[in-house]
Amino acid sequence: MAGLLLRLAGSLPALAAVIVVTFVLTRVLPGDAATYFAGPTASAESIAQIKAMLGLDRPLPEQFWNYIVALFHGNLGMSLTTGQPVLTDLAARLPASAELTLCGLFVAIGIAVPLGIAAAVRQGKMVDHVCRVLVTAGVSLPVFFTGLLLVYVFYFRLSWLPAPLGRLDAFASPPPTVTGFFLIDAAIAGEWETWRSAAAQLILPAATLGLFALAPIARITRASMLAVLGAEFIRTARASGLSGVTVIITYALRNALLPVITTLGMVFSFLLGANVLVEKVFAWPGIGSYAVEALIASDGAPVQGFVLTMAILYVLLNLTIDMVNRALDPRARRGS
Amino acid sequence: MKGLAAPLRHARFVVTENPVTGFALALFILFIVAAVFGPSLAPHDPLASNTAQALQPPSGQYWFGTDQLGRDIFSRALVAARLDIGIAAASVALVFAMGGFAGLASGFFGGWTDALVGRLSDTIMAFPLFVLAMAIVAALGNTVPNIVLATAIINFPLYVRVARAETTTRRDAGFVDAARVAGHRDMGVLLGQVMPNIMPLMVVQMSLTMGYAILNAAGLSFIGLGVRPPTPEWGIMVAEGASFIVSGEWWVALFPGATLMVAVFCFNLLGDGLRDIVDPRRRT
Repeated sequence: MAGLLLRLAGSLPALAAVIVVTFVLTRVLPGDAATYFAGPTASAESIAQIKAMLGLDRPLPEQFWNYIVALFHGNLGMSLTTGQPVLTDLAARLPASAELTLCGLFVAIGIAVPLGIAAAVRQGKMVDHVCRVLVTAGVSLPVFFTGLLLVYVFYFRLSWLPAPLGRLDAFASPPPTVTGFFLIDAAIAGEWETWRSAAAQLILPAATLGLFALAPIARITRASMLAVLGAEFIRTARASGLSGVTVIITYALRNALLPVITTLGMVFSFLLGANVLVEKVFAWPGIGSYAVEALIASDGAPVQGFVLTMAILYVLLNLTIDMVNRALDPRARRGS
Repeated sequence: MKGLAAPLRHARFVVTENPVTGFALALFILFIVAAVFGPSLAPHDPLASNTAQALQPPSGQYWFGTDQLGRDIFSRALVAARLDIGIAAASVALVFAMGGFAGLASGFFGGWTDALVGRLSDTIMAFPLFVLAMAIVAALGNTVPNIVLATAIINFPLYVRVARAETTTRRDAGFVDAARVAGHRDMGVLLGQVMPNIMPLMVVQMSLTMGYAILNAAGLSFIGLGVRPPTPEWGIMVAEGASFIVSGEWWVALFPGATLMVAVFCFNLLGDGLRDIVDPRRRT
């Protein structure tokens, strides 16, 4: 328990760093929010007025204090493009991003872990070569380009899947909100027509993200399985006459999974970034496309809120990964 | 020359033993030629629009077809090589200098230098990297130097880690002590003795991150940060072609995207090959 609290406290510096960097990026550096707000035709006076209104004429420490206070009140400013508080916008759009990212991650794990195991077990065989090609190709693919290719093949050529335009087709209405995840909400409400529509829209973007995240997971699974399979306890297990499946799944995999879970931290860093690009390709109404729209409109507050949200999410995800690692590995519990 | 013979033999062995590395090397030369001579090799003016020829599929005259303004996509993709590879090379050179030196100093001096560099790396790593790059370009302004800087910053922790680890293992080596006894100061030992020894691994690191740097810059341009139209750049060209995918004009996005993909693939393969030559232990 003490270790758990210690780990929770350990993520505080990262959170503080994230808050400071976001502040520095938006307030201290030359990019001027007041000029954006005032528009291109504004006079020097009206810019000064807006500066005073936004508190940008104050000394920096005071601005920083006000920023922290506003942050703890959940005040991330207003979006000029939607006219809503940024926090409301982000909260409304976050489930869409989360559903997409998690589905992408599941696709990736579902393919990469078995592939990595097979490649390690049959090292140097066909499946190992397939794994190597996928791993090298996976890190080279621009995620926005794979998304477009999939759209071309599965929507335009084969017409198997719907147009890349958001979370539902134009005729379906969203299910009553419980979690904000359409697949879960539709299942709760029993609206299977909606569920099918949401799933059909989700397949391509989730596959795009999955293909992207597959490479690091498969590589580490293979390497980690190879290391474990060479260990003496595996030789002992084999010598004791245990079946191949028992040795690989019960003995090797359980030990090999730890580095895989640790790597998920890096995978999430990639996924959250790639998410922005995939959301743009598929007109997915998540926080990434929200930030991209705000960037184009030079709307500062949403971008800032987005960066902060993503960074906080990432810190929390890393914390979760650490917890899972502790739960699975007694050494991690005792070690620190 | 005797000292060089063995590594060269090893290099020839790696290239011939793994034909993929040789292939990547050939592609690399092709991309460098495109980057250097692209503008004079392009069959058409990459910026000249010709609405009469808009959205033509690939043909003998327009190898990659034409875009919505009738511009030749082949010429644009060719000319874009200089900008895309240039951005990536500049950012990798920048982070090589910044991260390499920070890692060297951090591993060599330890103490507060190490703590400072470590905290700086941790701060960068606290963000999803592409999101941090977006934030930096959005805050500093939408220009090419800022993309270079952002791409360099997000790679900083990686370079620090490699340089620091390699420096730490050599800090107490005999040749360092010898240099000290000979009267060299800290900086002299650091730059004159330790740095040349970690150089090969840092160069491998550079070639391994080139591909990622190209992807990152193209991704930023794809969402409208960084390079602006009508400048030919692979990310922007894919973004412009995106809306034509759903109506079946596949070539507008496909060719620039495929060029980008092949470039990244080539740099990644080359990086792996170079690592095999310099550091055979890490072969997987």
